[in-house]
Amino acid sequence: MIAGLFFYLFAAVAVASAVMVITARNPVHSVLFLILTFFNAAGIFILLGAEFLAMILVVVYVGAVAVLFLFVVMMLDVDFVELRQGMLNYLPVGATVGFIVLFELVLVIGTWTLSPEALQAAAAPVATGLTNTEALGQILYTKYIFFFQIAGLILLVAMIGAIVLTLRHKQGVKRQNIADQNARSPATAIEIIKVKPGQGI
Amino acid sequence: MIIGLPHYLTLAAILFTIGIFGIFLNRKNIIVILMSIELILLAVNINLVAFSSFLGDLTGQVFALLVLTVAAGEAAIGLAILVTYFRNRRTIAVEDVNLMKG
Repeated sequence: MIAGLFFYLFAAVAVASAVMVITARNPVHSVLFLILTFFNAAGIFILLGAEFLAMILVVVYVGAVAVLFLFVVMMLDVDFVELRQGMLNYLPVGATVGFIVLFELVLVIGTWTLSPEALQAAAAPVATGLTNTEALGQILYTKYIFFFQIAGLILLVAMIGAIVLTLRHKQGVKRQNIADQNARSPATAIEIIKVKPGQGI
Repeated sequence: MIIGLPHYLTLAAILFTIGIFGIFLNRKNIIVILMSIELILLAVNINLVAFSSFLGDLTGQVFALLVLTVAAGEAAIGLAILVTYFRNRRTIAVEDVNLMKG
């Protein structure tokens, strides 16, 4: 009963804030509504018994991705009013495609039933007596270790890619170049001049 | 008031549709397009976790974790490209983004 009420609360707020994400005038508001959507999705995950993923959702999405969006929106001086022009032109085609997708999804969900064999065919059945985090860790680091490693590799590539794309060296700024410093030797750095008395250089 | 699998699937379908709709509605504003993609991936994650929970199979949650990873990487790369594009052109209108070709 309580779980049902909370499901409808989380679902309603998630859908309403998702609509606000795509219709808000100010992109900063869009990002804030995106954060609200993620929080409610985390609540949905908790109702489903996936506590670890709920916490990861809050940490990764709200803590990293949404804040990244917020940084970019606030850092770039973008004229958003100009970008919103012609929005109404896209409304009919967008609504058409959206309704077609929703209609198809409703058809699939409405006519879909779970086969009894599917319940027996679980690849990684939930172990009893373990918390969600423990159970997830037990299969993530054993059975799915390669997927886990590849996920780490993807994050590494994304990090290097983002740095390479946004890094730029300004001209005319003095920097420390350690290779140049180490390459200096007395032969190239020091010049000995014999000064004769009374003559100067 | 039993909440079953169809409830969660319907919620995910609605979120997915909102994401698709957002891409069409904000054709010029690439920041909102990226946020719409995040919404779509969130809908996919809700589907995976719902099936995982109702079938008693943890694989769905492992897969949702991988989707989360890819979503984070995609947001980082997308925003980096956006920042570079803005530095060059002083706008983020994506209609003439094919000028970046060669």
